Amino acid sequence: MKFTHKRAGALGALVVTAALVLAGCGSSDDSSSSGSTTKASGPISVTFLPKNLGNPYFDTSDKGGNAAVTEFGGKYSQVGPDTGTPDAQVPFINTAAQQGVKALVVSANDPKAICDALNEARKAGTKVVTFDSDTDPSCRDLFINQATAEGIAKVQVDMIAKDVNDAGEVAILSASANATNQNSWIDLMKKDLAANHPNIKLVDTVYGNDDDQTSFDKTAALLQSHPQLKGIISPTTVGIAAAARYISTSDYKGKVAVTGLGTPNQMRKYVEDGTVTQFALWNPEDLGYLAAWGAKALVDGTITGKTGDKFTAGKLGEFTVGDGASVLLGDPFVFNKANIGQFNF
Amino acid sequence: MARTYAAHAKPAWQRLLLTREVAVIALLVVVVLYARARVPNFSGPLTLPYLLLDAAPVLLIALPMTLVIITGEIDLSVASVVGLSSVMVGLLHQHGMSIPLAAVVAVVVGVVCGAFNGFLVAYVGLPSLAVTIGTLALYRGIAVGLLGTKAVTDFPDRWTSLATDRIGDTQLPLVVIPIVVLAVGFAVLLHFSTFGRGIFDIGLNRETAHFSGVDVARTKLLLFVMSGAVAAFAGIFYTLRYGSSRGDNATGLELQVVAAVLLGGVSIFGGRGALHGVVAGVLLIGVISSALRLQDVTVNVINIIIGLLLIASVMSTSVLGWVATLRPPGSSTKGQLGSSSAPERVDATSRKEER
Repeated sequence: MKFTHKRAGALGALVVTAALVLAGCGSSDDSSSSGSTTKASGPISVTFLPKNLGNPYFDTSDKGGNAAVTEFGGKYSQVGPDTGTPDAQVPFINTAAQQGVKALVVSANDPKAICDALNEARKAGTKVVTFDSDTDPSCRDLFINQATAEGIAKVQVDMIAKDVNDAGEVAILSASANATNQNSWIDLMKKDLAANHPNIKLVDTVYGNDDDQTSFDKTAALLQSHPQLKGIISPTTVGIAAAARYISTSDYKGKVAVTGLGTPNQMRKYVEDGTVTQFALWNPEDLGYLAAWGAKALVDGTITGKTGDKFTAGKLGEFTVGDGASVLLGDPFVFNKANIGQFNF
Repeated sequence: MARTYAAHAKPAWQRLLLTREVAVIALLVVVVLYARARVPNFSGPLTLPYLLLDAAPVLLIALPMTLVIITGEIDLSVASVVGLSSVMVGLLHQHGMSIPLAAVVAVVVGVVCGAFNGFLVAYVGLPSLAVTIGTLALYRGIAVGLLGTKAVTDFPDRWTSLATDRIGDTQLPLVVIPIVVLAVGFAVLLHFSTFGRGIFDIGLNRETAHFSGVDVARTKLLLFVMSGAVAAFAGIFYTLRYGSSRGDNATGLELQVVAAVLLGGVSIFGGRGALHGVVAGVLLIGVISSALRLQDVTVNVINIIIGLLLIASVMSTSVLGWVATLRPPGSSTKGQLGSSSAPERVDATSRKEER
């Protein structure tokens, strides 16, 4: 062991010693004696926790949330991890519980993994609203459903059937393999295809993990391994944009159809150059907006999550809580060359 | 064996207190006091348990990592072992095995992973940096291959809540118990045993250690095995805490561990370091991230701040050394410094020749 160079810092070390002595008196964290756990009454604080930051979809939804929170005079903040993994969301849920925010609006990366953390936050008095991607119903107070799974699955099957003239090989490019909503849509799409479109053959499902580069590479791999492929369904905004980008610059343009769920600003170019004829989505801005109003209704006690509870969501009007403490935003919307110009998100 | 350093001429209190470890501990104390005074909600009752739960995997893995780095080696495969252990627990649970039994199997897998690293490094003589970068990919590949891109999440509540339960009425999570036991165990091993002196000797100069009777290969093998076993244990905790077994669990954790170990005053070249510094280093990073998150600082900014802190801490050694050389010649201090820093320089050159 050496103690080199330390003499040079002797003065600093004196300060260090003094601090250590102080430490003996004052650093017993575990005593909650300061006990300031009381929630100061004031503006309703709402924290948005998307799957990950820097995702244009959540930037849009959280913008809607911010607008709603501003309308009812609350305090808005947005936090989140840089990767879309469940363990990365937990520290942010914990932080919200520590801060004693009134409501936390979450899009879950995993239906179970963040449950304990959410329930601890609820125990500390925070109302939990999930939107976009739900958790187990036991871990939240309200789920804002963007559209029914049946509606979303149906609109995507209808679009691909039209694109490939109801015959041929198609494949799915999804988000992560654990994504709650994507998986339930895929199951329903498979059933719908088997029942109503016997000539369409689903040959593969691949996962781009909602990462642009991964999705791009998976698209390339799909086209290589299935030379007869006629269409790709990507039920995720990151995936559909990456797939369309790959196809628009390749020889497959015009031969392989791309459709799924996308945002108008991301897809505008590909709709205009003919790579994509149509795609669907709900309005994420409205979704975030509705989630924030739902959070306020919970905090105010207007609703408790009981079936039949009603609340007003600003400009969107009145909504009713359905089964499983969920609120439905509405039907998916199909974007095409004719109407895409009217949208900017 | 008794070694004499010129530095030992200094009074004992100086030798004990004027160290980098104490500086890190002091910084930790200062940051905690500052955060308690200035950061809203930091002094609330939830801060400590959350902080410890978040830091627990890094803290656990940092203990054996400290010993490995002091021998001048490194184990970058630890996060992949966490992932593999997590997948083992998930798969075995899915096939009906009880959680404790699955946990034992996972630790055995960790031991095997560590032994493979250790064998290649100690007996085949390959550089650990290369070996463990290889096994980082290998073990992660096996983990993802075994479970695919699925996740196992249906763990019994009894076990998942065990991972977050507190000890009695305190705010301390249960995981603090194994952490303290392991920390004390590794501290005794490193600082108060012949084996531990061998670890420092290897880090200072492998040849000299060999000729003075240290079984270099066996020591390294054992350290890699310990690293694998503890990483596997951390993987079990990780799985139960998040109630989720996934192949990509804890991706990138190895860099957090190495960063914390270096921040705690361990020399990346080996031969220098102490466990209390490392524990303080891990907690320092935890406290800073926690305090910044409470103020809604984004994760990217937090990463930047911790990165800068690490660079500053590594630089401080060099800067202090440079300042020391500016001392007027003939002062007694200079003589002491010169003689005591000699082994490291010799060591650095001999290392280059070996590789």
